[in-house]
This record gives sequence, C-alpha cells and structure tokens, in this order.
Amino acid sequence: MYPPNFEYYAPKSLDEAIGLLDQHQGEAKVLAGGQSLIGMMKLRLAQPAALVDINGIPNLAYIREDNDNLCIGALTRTAELGRSDLIRSRYPIFSDAAAEIADPTVRNWGTVGGNACHGDPGNDLPACMIALNAQYRVQGPKGVRPLLARQFYQDSFVTALQPNEVLIEIRVPRPVAGTGTAYSKMERKVGDFATAGVAVQVVVGKSGSLDGAAIGLTNVGPTAIFASAASEFLRGKAGTASDLAKAGELAADAAQPIADNRGPVDFKKDMVRVWTRRTVARAIARAKGGK
Amino acid sequence: MAKAEPIAGGIGQSIPRKEDARFIRGKGNYVDDVDLPGMLFLDLVRSPYAHAKITALRKEKALAVPGVLAVITGADLAAAKLAWMPTLMSDTQMVLPTDTVMFQGQEVAGVVATDRYAAADGVAAVEVDYEPLPVVVDPFKALEPGAPVLRTDKGKKDNHIWHWEVGDREATEKALKGSAVVIKEKLYIPRIHVSSIETCGCVAQVDVMGKLTVWMTTQAPHAIRTVFALVSGLPENQIRIISPDIGGGFGGKVPVYPGYVIAVVAALTTGHPVKWIEDRTGNLTADSFARDYHIEAEMGATKDGKLTALRVKTLADHGYTDAAANPSKFPAGLFHIITGSYPFATAFVEVDAAYTNKPPGGIAYRCSFRVTEAVYTIERLVENMAHQLKIDPAEFRLKNFIPPEAFPFKSALGWTYDSGNYAGALKKAMEMIGYDALRKEQAEKRARGELMGIGISSFTEIVGAGPSKQFDILGLKMFDSAEVRIHPTGKVIARLGTKSQGQGHETTYAQILAEELGLPADAISIEEGDTDTAPYGLGTYASRSTPTSGAAAAMAARKIREKAAKIAAHLLEVSPDDIEWKDHKFQVKGVPDKSKTMAEVAFAAYTNFPQGMEGGLEAVDYYDPPNLTYPFGSYICAVDVDKETGQVKVRRFVAVDDCGVIINPTIVDGQIHGGLTMGFAPSLMEEIQYDEQGNIKQNSFLEYLLPTAVETPKWETGKTTTPSPHHPFGAKGVGESATVGSPAAIVNAVLDALQPYGVTNIDIPLSPHKVWKVIHAKDPH
Amino acid sequence: MAIDAEEVVGATPSNTTRTIHVTVNGTPHRSTIQNRMLLVSYLRERLRLTGTHIGCDTAHCGACTVLVDGVPAKSCNLFAVQVDGKKVQTVEGLETGGKLHPVQEGFHLEHGLQCGYCTPGMMMASVALLAANPNPTEDEIRRGISSNLCRCTGYINIVKAIQYASAKMREPTKGGP
Repeated sequence: MYPPNFEYYAPKSLDEAIGLLDQHQGEAKVLAGGQSLIGMMKLRLAQPAALVDINGIPNLAYIREDNDNLCIGALTRTAELGRSDLIRSRYPIFSDAAAEIADPTVRNWGTVGGNACHGDPGNDLPACMIALNAQYRVQGPKGVRPLLARQFYQDSFVTALQPNEVLIEIRVPRPVAGTGTAYSKMERKVGDFATAGVAVQVVVGKSGSLDGAAIGLTNVGPTAIFASAASEFLRGKAGTASDLAKAGELAADAAQPIADNRGPVDFKKDMVRVWTRRTVARAIARAKGGK
Repeated sequence: MAKAEPIAGGIGQSIPRKEDARFIRGKGNYVDDVDLPGMLFLDLVRSPYAHAKITALRKEKALAVPGVLAVITGADLAAAKLAWMPTLMSDTQMVLPTDTVMFQGQEVAGVVATDRYAAADGVAAVEVDYEPLPVVVDPFKALEPGAPVLRTDKGKKDNHIWHWEVGDREATEKALKGSAVVIKEKLYIPRIHVSSIETCGCVAQVDVMGKLTVWMTTQAPHAIRTVFALVSGLPENQIRIISPDIGGGFGGKVPVYPGYVIAVVAALTTGHPVKWIEDRTGNLTADSFARDYHIEAEMGATKDGKLTALRVKTLADHGYTDAAANPSKFPAGLFHIITGSYPFATAFVEVDAAYTNKPPGGIAYRCSFRVTEAVYTIERLVENMAHQLKIDPAEFRLKNFIPPEAFPFKSALGWTYDSGNYAGALKKAMEMIGYDALRKEQAEKRARGELMGIGISSFTEIVGAGPSKQFDILGLKMFDSAEVRIHPTGKVIARLGTKSQGQGHETTYAQILAEELGLPADAISIEEGDTDTAPYGLGTYASRSTPTSGAAAAMAARKIREKAAKIAAHLLEVSPDDIEWKDHKFQVKGVPDKSKTMAEVAFAAYTNFPQGMEGGLEAVDYYDPPNLTYPFGSYICAVDVDKETGQVKVRRFVAVDDCGVIINPTIVDGQIHGGLTMGFAPSLMEEIQYDEQGNIKQNSFLEYLLPTAVETPKWETGKTTTPSPHHPFGAKGVGESATVGSPAAIVNAVLDALQPYGVTNIDIPLSPHKVWKVIHAKDPH
Repeated sequence: MAIDAEEVVGATPSNTTRTIHVTVNGTPHRSTIQNRMLLVSYLRERLRLTGTHIGCDTAHCGACTVLVDGVPAKSCNLFAVQVDGKKVQTVEGLETGGKLHPVQEGFHLEHGLQCGYCTPGMMMASVALLAANPNPTEDEIRRGISSNLCRCTGYINIVKAIQYASAKMREPTKGGP
C-alpha cells in the first residue's frame, strides 16, 4: 500500500525533463497522470529511483486541428478529451473511449499520452490510435521523432518509447468525407479493463460502399492489435450484415486473448466477433450521418 | 375524542438519523482516526504460498530499516503461548506460524515501526524461506483417502472437521421414493468477501496501570473482551474494548483476526500504543470469507404440485480451521431453515465440513448464519420444481405456502416460526411489478427469440439469535441488553450490548425508547461499543439487534414505567392502581386531564419521590428472547439477457419485505437497498476463486468486483406488516433479509430467460461467459 | 499560515523529501515531507483531517476523493508533492460559517449514508458533479458517482441526496437586491 521512496523532480521545460531522464539512465519514470504508475508503485511492482513530474511543463495539453491533422498534446487529460466538442463532432471514437477509460475521477488525472504509451494491453486508446493510424511525436535528447501507433506496441509494457524520451503529441490525420468512427468496450463494470474492446474507423464512399476500414482491438493480446485482415476485407464491400459478420470473424481470428477472470479464450474471441460487428455498424451509421 | 399525538420520533416515523451529524462533516471516529502520543504501526508479512514449511525467517535486514523497531514472529509468540488462539467454533487458529503456513496471504510476521511507510519498508525487507507442500484446494479431494492431512497439529488423520445432521433420514427417504416427481440439483455457492469499505484494524494501548484498551473494528466488543481475557490471562476488568464508528461490518468484523492479537502483543512488549490497519489485499486474502457450500438438494412433489419432502447434503469448505462465527450448537448455522416458506412433512439435512488450504471463516457476509445458503437452495429448487411441473412459479408457491393460520408453525427441522403471511407478500410483489403483464411480454419476446426472464424468491428468514436454551457463542449465551437512565431534566442515556456498523442504532433505539417512555427521540442519547460502560451483549450481526437489544430496551423502559407510575401516583395523590399509561402519559383512570408526563416524573424521581422508595429512574434488562423471529418477503426480478454476449441486465426488481413492526421506514428501506445490492453482486459478479496451487485469483478490487451506481439496479420496495407475537413491540429484524432473499430471484430470472436452452442450473456468479456458454452450446452463431 | 504538526524547524529538503506549499480548505500550509507520501496520508496524518478515508490499495473505491483545484482526485493515487502550489478541498471544507453545504444536507435528509465511511469521498464527487452539471438526470448522477463504491446504501438514497442538493442549489436565493 505504501511505495518506497524516490527522488522527485518537477521540471518546467521539456529539455530539463529529458535531461533528467537521460541522466538517470532508465531508473527514472515520467510522472504524468500517474494513475497507472502510482498504483504499481504502491504495490511495489514498479520501484523507480526517480520520478520526473512533467505536469508543470507548459504547452503540452491542447486539442486542435491544423490543415492536415488533429493534434492532441500528450498531457491532455482524458476527461478533457471526453468533454471536447471538436472531438465529439469529428472524432467520436475518442469520445466513446474517453467515457469508458477507468472511471470519471481517474479520468481527471490520467492523460491521453499516458493511456497511449503506458503499454498496458488493457489501455483503451492504443486500439483507437491504431484504427485512426495515429502518429506519436516523441522527444528525446536528440530531438523529436515520429512513431506510428501501428508500430509502437511491441509487447505488454514494452513500447518503442525509450527511457529518455517523452511522448509530446499525438497526431491523427483529419477525416476525409464519409468517415465514421466508433469505440466499444465490453466491461464487467465501470473501472474494469475491457473483456474486449473494438476501435473502428470506416470511410463510406459516394456509392455507399466502404472505401476503407481499420479495426483495432483492446485487451485481447499482449498489445493492442491491428485487425488487418478484417480491415482489408471490408474495403470495397457494401457493408451488408453478412460483410459485417465476416469482418467480425476475421477480427476474432486476429485476437490472441488469454483466459482470465473475464472468461475463457473461446468466449473472448467470440466477443471480439460480436463487438467488431456491432462497432463497425455504428461507425458506418455515423459515417452516413447518424450519431 | 381527539386522536393522541404521536411522540416525537416514536416508532413508525422516518426521522432523519441523529448520528449523521458527525459523518457528514467528516468527523466520524473510526479506528484509523484514533491517534495517540507515541503510537507505533504494525504491518504484516504474508505468505505467498498456500501450503508451505517455513524453513528460515531472517529479521536482520528489516530491523535495519530506518523506523523499524521490532519484528514479531511465531517463535516469539510461542514463547508466550500465544502462537495459537481458539476460534469462535472451539477450533484453533494460528496467530503466527511457527513452522507451517496454511493459506496464501496468511500472516507470517509482524513488523512494528514508527510510521506506516517504514512498516511497509520493513515488511518488504523480512526474508522468509519456504518449502512448498502439496496444496489441498478441492474440499471433495480433501476428503479422499490419501489426501495430504492439513491439521497434523491437532493429531488429525484426515481433513474432515465435523458431520452434522438434522431431520428424519428414513422418513425423508421414504417420502422421496413415494413422490410422483423428484428433482435433484447440485448448487455451488462460491466464496465471496464482504469487503466493507473500511478494512479491519485496531489500536492497542496498555496504560500505566496495566489496563489494556483496544479500539477495534468489532461487531461484538464484549465477547471479544471475554475471549481476550481467557486467552491472555489478563484480568477481564483490566481489558477495555472500544468499538468506535465502524465503516461497515456485515459479519466480517466479528472474528478475532491475528492482526489484533499481534498488535496487543506489540503494545505490551514495546510499551507504546500500536495501530494495525489492514490493507485491502490482506482483507481480501486473509480475513473472513463467506459461503463456499457445495450443496446437493432433492425435492419431491405430488403430481398435482404439492411439495412432499426435502433432502440436502452439503460439503462445507472451511479453509484451514473452523473459524466460522456460528452459535456453538450449530456448526452449520441456521442452515436448517431450508424448508423455507413451505410445510414439508419431512426433511433431512446433513452437512460435512472439510479443511483446505484457504483462509478460515464462512459466515461473514450478511447471511444470518448460513441462511443465505439455505434460502438460495429452497427457492431455486421450488422454482425448478414449478417449471418441471409446468406450473407458474408464483401460482406454485401460493399453492404450497404455509398458510397464515398455521402459525406458530413448527417446521420439519425443528424451528417454530412465529408469524407469517407469505401469500400476502407475494401477491403484493406481483401487483407492484405487474406480473401478469410481464409474463405476457415474455411470451411475445420468447416467440421472437429474445431472452427475457422472470424469477421469484419467497423467503423466510430466521434472526434474533437467540434463546439461551439453544444459543451460545463459546458458551456465552446470546441474550442482549439495554441499560436506560433518565436524568432529572427528562433526558436519557441508554447503553446497549449491540454495536451498529451503519444500521442507525443511535436513531432507532432512541425511537423505541421514545415510544416506550413518552419522551421525544431527540432527548435520548444512545451509546454502544465501550465495554467499560455498555452492559454485556453479544453484538450486532445476524440481524439480531432489534429482536434482542431492541426488546431489552423496551423491557427496560417498561421497568422504568412501573416505578415511574408509582411516582406519578405519589404526585397525583392517588393509589398506583389508579394509574394507567395512556397516550404516552401517566393518567388517572377515567380522569384523563389528571396526568403526569415522564419528564415530570423524572424530575420527581430525584426531588419528590415516595418515602421508602429509592431515588433515581433507571433500569437494565438482559433480554433472553423466547424464540427467534422470522421476517419474510417475496422478491420478483425481471431480466433481459443479451443473447450474443451473455450479459444480464436486471430490468426491474421488486422487493416486498415483512419485518413485523417497523421502527423507522426510511432506515428499513436503506437496509433493503443495501442488502439487495449485496445479493445482486454475488449473483452476477463477486467471487473468490483459487487455482490449483491455492493462489487467490481476486485479491484486489480490480478482480473482486463490487458494483458501482451504474451496475446497481433501481430497487423498488414494498412492505407488509405481520408483527412477531412474542417480541415486546412486534418487530423482527431486517438487516440481512434482502441479501438472503435476492440471489434466488435473480438467478431464477436468468434461468427463466434461458428456458429455450433447457438448463436448470448455472452456478453463481452468472458472469457473461457462463451465460454465453449455455447459449453457445445450443446456438453457436 | 499553518505549520503542520510534524514540521521540523529548519528542515531542509533532501533528494527524497521536499517542502510543499498547499492550501487546504482555505488554510495555507507549508510542510516538508517524503516524496513518497501519498496525498491521503498527508491530509490524514500530517494535517489531522481524518474525514478523507482509505478503502483500498488500487484506487478503485473512491473513499479518498478530494478536490484539487476543484477537480475530483483520488488522494490515495497522488503524491502530496504533486499538489504543491494547489488548492485542496476536503469534506471538512464543505460546511462554511456553520452552514451545511446542500450536498451534506441532502445526504442527511435523504438517508444517503449508513456507516458513513464512503460518504466524504462520495460527497466530494457529488459536489464536483453538480458544479459541472447542475441539473443532472438520474443516469448522469449514477455515472457521475461511479468512481465511488458504497457497500451499505445500494446507491438509491445517494441519488436522492444529490437530487435534493441539485434542486436546492438551483433555487433562486431569497432576499431582495
């Protein structure tokens, strides 16, 4: 219940923060929302020698669009993401996800960046980022480098982020006409990780059939999963019930869930099938002008 | 004639609670709020193994941690003969092990430090070497020949604890054989954990005179004091247990946990006050669980649907010692209320208990001593029988209920039910939920392949333990007490032997006394929990407070009224025979405006009482209830099941309860709402499981699922009132009824929804994957 | 300014301790504490504000909920050093000038508490809920308090308590200009 002690720094600039991380050579952790990290420290599952608190660094929390991208500052609180009208009107997948991450109070402190880069297979945003083909902008001693969400997650709690780097911004390409997005999280209760979570982006073309689709899966593998076969299958399809059913089956095939208290493997795979179908349907409805 | 004014805050009034004043300001006084000069902190090292020999335990690194003052081990306690202690069921339990640990999470050593952070550092630094031993997790396997024997310390040759039976084995066998229809069901009710938001804890202090004071999260302070005296040898009048504000008990704060004993030892040896506050992990893994009953039940009926006989065989998984807090003559508690609301001519129940490598306990979750297990069994089987006979389950119950004129009713298993009107409660519930319309809707939905279910539970509860002839805990008879004193200015202090953990006693006892004494409730202060001042009692659990101390309060008040009447007569210059207690006043018979109030009499009790009479105005009553009381009710639940995901949504739940005379309707409703939630959660989401190595699978709230306001249904409540004929003011007790009665209603509803799949049982909790499995087996997509 | 009970005169922060300045219920405090001290420990043990409670190890129960700059936080899942320079409000700060906050009144009059242990955190969450959404529907209330577990009440009367407070707070204040 009580963690061991640690050094604590509250730098006022990114350069200072990165310098501190670099100096501590992997023994320091970034403290943003802390909602995952502090819990692990209390149970002594994580025992960093130092915490670099980045909450005092200015200009890391924002939600805005430029000509090409939605840009979200990594320190944006999840609750803020949930309240944003811009997000609700143009990227409702994030509104869906933000309403289901942890619980309301935790969302006041947890950050978009933290949920994206912590690396817990139960985090909800990675699948959304994968579905939207997001880019993570990461800053280290040598400057800023871009990483694609679809290549970011390597294993449970192992990502492409180096110990001396800070995630500073997430960029999502602006949606083309006919885009619809949605996220569904099957959970046992408020505050749980997903039994299965499905993130979908579709583009409905002028003809009414699907120009493209991208499906991300939460908590049914060691990392969030890009269900590429299911996504590819939907391209060019009319989006009939049978198409959606097939997409669900392909997504289930891509899932590699482990059996746990939420259920056995066959059940979880079937939930991926069901919720993929339901979420694709919702994304298509939104693309066509529904809510 | 004008109608009499009710006394302010008397029985039946929903007055807001008096105790709220401190809680809403954050000024409650819970154990962790107790702060004493020089206080030290105790934290516990716990075993990662379910069964292992301790081959080495090294304190050095821990003692070197800044702030750590002492490490207490089983060897240290053994030197003082305190390594083992008795349980409430006369078994033995380790305070700390000297050589073998018996369950994952078991306390292995205590670390005492200057603050709780240092204590945590110390715990992390204690080094323990274990040699794992074969683990016994399955109670059936535990009883097979050749299973590893767990309690070799007791000289046992097997893992069987006790066998208990009641009823008529032969007659029941005969009746079942002769029944036109017999159904049989295996029901497993898994372990659950009460998880009150406040965990357990204590502060132990020995003062300069050698008096031990322990602030403790306990529902039964006097019994604890006596047990401490017997175990430690300290004189009982030099032990004071203070049960301050308790953040939820529900039975989990009845047992004596090792942490309490270690804290007392630490206080005695360091000379400083020592605080122990259990963390949630320790709470879930080591402190008292509930349920874990493997039940096989058979029920017979005639072909036109009259119940004939009931036979039940149960295997109880008790963990490594029998520490269930049951009355001593009833190792399976009041499980034999299992004939329920029905007049079975014959029944037979047998229970066997087994040791396993799990924590001890069994009773702690709002269950009235195994009544939840009993009611679940009977109401599940009755529903199954109704469906088997293709009779509507409500109609089936109405056909079979014990009729109102049969009370007091002697059950086939020996209980004498005081009063009941089962049909009245069920009919009211049916009306409130719109039963016929729901069945119609169900038929339409079923035709479309949608899964909607309706389930009923018509329970009879058994509370108020209990009459001294049958009820004791460790020999201490289960009476309870009230001591009432009226001051000259008409204000009252009453102390009782029970102990509220949120049930509102500071208000409800004041209401009883207001009614009985004719003084407003806000003139009456209620105190519980300090063994130096409160009269002896057995505490609050098993819904016993209103039936026992509530009765004692009334009886004490009536003793006061007897004396007060004589003072009134003296003041009114009439003979005591001319005085009657009417409209909350002492009135001269036939002359209503010649009267005295209790307040006037109180003043006179100190200033103007008859010659030869003792002054003062007080009484104490130790109430030995003549019988238990039998609250009852009918619950009806309507659910919708998502065919693809197995998720269950409780659409409606109507609870009609009858707890006899109601003291405070709002408080009673609060008890029902909370109790229903504690029946709902185990039905759908709460469960403690172990893997084959005895590792617990739910040791935090991430996995042990307590419902939030989002999952919890919107309970609808109703009442009927059938007074208890033997209780001084007709009340019965209600704290646990809803937890006892609701699981069967919910499970019956889900199984009803799954009727197309022909299953008669799914063991709780009905997690989505279990429901899905049933659907999927028949209906793969 | 209040100097808390265990402040050592002249204490200098080391690399594992820090001096923080935090305003709690309107009173400024200066304290030198270990970096690892959780906010809930700081409030309960250093400032002796024991109304905020600990109910679990994993930030699930919400009994420790306080407001940090008006925003609900689980104080068991924050280090006290993180609120340096911030304003914290606990249950003890709800009553002002001897007058109960409408949320406190609602919990009392609608029987929204039984054992009282989850109540401070539940009320702080309710205060924040109503500040953001003064006239919530029942479902919005239930979602708004879904960070807070209660074992006693089944939430029915907690919802009523919040509805009471919402109505009371939307009453036009009496008295002329």
